[in-house]
Amino acid sequence: MKSHVWRPLYVVIALVVGLLVFRFFYVPNDFGSGKRGFMYSFHRKSNAEEWKKQPVKYSVTGKQKMHEYCSECHGEEVKVRTEKLHGVIPCEDCHGPVLNHPEAPEKLDIDRSRELCLRCHTSLPYTTSERKRIPGIDPKGHNAGVQCVKCHNPHNPKLEDMK
Amino acid sequence: MKRRDFLKNCIMVIAGASVPLSALTLVDPRKVLAANPDIQWAFLINTEKCVGCGFCVKACKTENDIPFEANVTRTWVERYVYTKDDRRYVDSPKGALYGYTESRVDLGRGEFKEIDPKNVGKAFFVPKLCNHCGTPPCTQVCPVGATYKTDDGVVLVDRKWCIGCGYCIMACPYAARFFHPVLKVADKCTFCYHRISKGLETACVNACPFGARRMGNIHDINDPVTQVIMNERVGVLKDEFGTKPQAFYIGLAQEVR
Repeated sequence: MKSHVWRPLYVVIALVVGLLVFRFFYVPNDFGSGKRGFMYSFHRKSNAEEWKKQPVKYSVTGKQKMHEYCSECHGEEVKVRTEKLHGVIPCEDCHGPVLNHPEAPEKLDIDRSRELCLRCHTSLPYTTSERKRIPGIDPKGHNAGVQCVKCHNPHNPKLEDMK
Repeated sequence: MKRRDFLKNCIMVIAGASVPLSALTLVDPRKVLAANPDIQWAFLINTEKCVGCGFCVKACKTENDIPFEANVTRTWVERYVYTKDDRRYVDSPKGALYGYTESRVDLGRGEFKEIDPKNVGKAFFVPKLCNHCGTPPCTQVCPVGATYKTDDGVVLVDRKWCIGCGYCIMACPYAARFFHPVLKVADKCTFCYHRISKGLETACVNACPFGARRMGNIHDINDPVTQVIMNERVGVLKDEFGTKPQAFYIGLAQEVR
């Protein structure tokens, strides 16, 4: 073959070698695929560990171990306050995530807003939804603008027990 | 009988007799799986229990540092309203971050539709999140290998390696992915990988007061969630796409996609 063919070919070979050298240094060593194969899991394997290091903000207060974390210190209080209807609601839904409590936030920032209660207690005309079982009000008609906790006790929502 | 046939028959008899009877019993795949407790995470959503309070969305955004007011979210709750004159409305304002506190339906572009309560036929809420598909299309299209499926079945995004091209966001048939407005990478539900790997429930499961969301190991035959998936009538979203979704729904309607 003549040199006018070889010369551009050298350029191409040099580019490919350059790319491979760059790739050798740039791509992390732990790149590979797991048991899912190349198509679904070609990745940097140390990344899963990085995700595991994310801070856990909400503790176990939900269905898994209801109110358990809070009971460790506030045992009696949690027991009294969760035996009524609202006992199904995890403490952290209103009291906020317990990350670093009781050290860094000595007191949790409780959400006492009207909007929080209205999430469930807005009256919606959905008779086929589970929403029908929850007593609802018209947010515009029922003491608009006033915090619900001014009259209702969030830990004992029964109307008969109202102050 | 020829000598050749005689030898052949002898070998067959000996070979047959040497197989112990126990080896002939059928292998129960359930027992095999139970003996090898490898983890394969799956999600179970009971739409009949959901009331649309949106505590899951709030908890998810707080737990995973998703910008609170930005219109992106890893999980969301949709409202379906069917009227008696056969019209269907679907909305999810802010992904139900603040729950459903109004009876009017958000039609988008700032338009709202108040539906006469007498005209409401049926209505329900459907929580949604990444389905962590068995064959995820989003990981196939990633040009740099930044998104992948882990061995325990969770689809994750490598935030250091993602170049933010958005191919995976377009590839997801469930619109479960979004562009993180602060980090400028693709972002999605991780099944709270930092929580489930420590034995905790995900933030949304933890926050749900009604038990509408549950999570389990689908390879563990004794897991209560696996029991429900095996024995009750559950459905998945967009089965026809062949993505093998790992989020199972109880009480799924045809209109829910």
